[in-house]
Amino acid sequence: MSETPPAAGAEIEVRGLHKSFGDNEVLRGIDLEIGRGEVVCVIGPSGSGKSTLLRCVNLLEEPTKGQVFVGGTELTDPDVDIDAVRRRIGMVFQQFNLFPHLTVTRNLTLPQRRVLGRDKAEAARVAAENLARVGLSEKADAYPASLSGGQQQRVAIARSLSMGPEVMLFDEPTSALDPELVGDVLAVMRMLADEGMTMMVVTHEMTFAREVADRVVFMDGGVIVEQGDPAQVIGNPAHERTRHFLSRLLDPAMAEVEEGTPEQPAKSD
Amino acid sequence: MTASDVRLQPRKKGLTRTQKRTLSRGAQYVVFVAAVIAFAVSADWGRLKNQFAQWSIAKQMFPDVITLALKNTVLYTLSGFVVGLVLGMVIALMRLSSVGPYRWLAGIYIEIFRGLPALLIFIFIGVAVPLAFPGTEIVGGTYGKVALALGLVAAAYMAETIRAGIQAVPKGQLEAARSLGFSPARAMISIVIPQAFRIILPPLTNELVLLFKDSSLVLFLGVTLEERELSKYGRDLASTTANSTPILVAGLCYLLVTIPLGFVVRRMEAKAQEAVK
Repeated sequence: MSETPPAAGAEIEVRGLHKSFGDNEVLRGIDLEIGRGEVVCVIGPSGSGKSTLLRCVNLLEEPTKGQVFVGGTELTDPDVDIDAVRRRIGMVFQQFNLFPHLTVTRNLTLPQRRVLGRDKAEAARVAAENLARVGLSEKADAYPASLSGGQQQRVAIARSLSMGPEVMLFDEPTSALDPELVGDVLAVMRMLADEGMTMMVVTHEMTFAREVADRVVFMDGGVIVEQGDPAQVIGNPAHERTRHFLSRLLDPAMAEVEEGTPEQPAKSD
Repeated sequence: MTASDVRLQPRKKGLTRTQKRTLSRGAQYVVFVAAVIAFAVSADWGRLKNQFAQWSIAKQMFPDVITLALKNTVLYTLSGFVVGLVLGMVIALMRLSSVGPYRWLAGIYIEIFRGLPALLIFIFIGVAVPLAFPGTEIVGGTYGKVALALGLVAAAYMAETIRAGIQAVPKGQLEAARSLGFSPARAMISIVIPQAFRIILPPLTNELVLLFKDSSLVLFLGVTLEERELSKYGRDLASTTANSTPILVAGLCYLLVTIPLGFVVRRMEAKAQEAVK
């Protein structure tokens, strides 16, 4: 399934993207292409605009300027049926955002039934199948509050997969998890990558980026500073800002000392 | 000797803080008990009992006070609650709308109907509506009028409660629903509103208690014998018997419903508090 990255044609394409919140310009001209089946990790310091970029890809944030295409459809076209396009784009949030008033199974079946119009049996079958994929079949009747963070995030992934997306967006999927729970979620994401899913992942997990990503994009100050092969960007970055970011990430103790320049406040998600 | 020296030192003079607290609390109790005793001694219990607690009169109120008066009170309350809930929901959604005029209209409605005494609205419905639309009857007669009057008042309060409930649902819920392809309306109906109602169930039940009491304003609409509710029934009987016992009995009937409801609200609030932890 896994095709060679960019040659297969762009699944996601971002052109000249700008995004401002009031006077604060968070994205200052982003151009990015992600090929079918490609896994791209976006890294960068908090406030660099990486989450905003991801949220622009399914139009949770309305771009101030520029274009976004997914699967050949322009999302930024005012006449586009955004709900129809979003069905093809799965999104996984840092805070999971499971529906707390519904059981795990209903979390997976309700969107299928309401949005895709699937019948009860079909929705239940798809839900069971995806729950099995993330290894949580035994939690089918549990409520989200009774699950660990890692389990909730895997359910959230299964919920997105149940809609049959062509693209999956991950917004710091492991940042809200206890360290010992991160592995299970990353394993599910790795499985998806191996199956050939097109993925755009905003993350701080450098090991995951190095091992799973086809390409790593480093952002800072609302622009893409550098991008390329994970081993090169993470292992041997060309830019000083990338080196600085990585060294702080790998040695958090240094970050305290070097926190000289005030960062932009992190955009709340 | 040294021990008491140490203890004395931080004290400026006289009493410790604990002693002061005990003393002031003691004084409060004394005043309170004295007031109760003074009230109990000075009141003429014999006359009070004669006027308010005539067992024979109380007995003749049954079963009508329950089967007719309480039943009507409950009916009025519930119909007003339903109208208020539906209208309140519409106004809450208008208040949250991105369309300016909707927000203003909803805001004006809330300000007016929260600011007016419910009594005036009852009079308005009873007098102005028949004048303005001669020949038209409000559907359901008195029941319809009461449902409308109570509903109009309740809607203003409920709209604010519902709005607060909707805003208390985390933004991520709406984002998750939208990113799954829900339209804004569908996301609201399937995801946000069910969660909002869980949050606002205690205040909504409180509103029910308030409506239950406000239903006594039916008094001012002019109702037939069959349409009387607790207050009207009690007052009518009080004037025919020239005795106030019916008022007391009617009052007890209100408490019969409002106290258990209050208990339910506290239970729900405690439960909600626990769920947050």
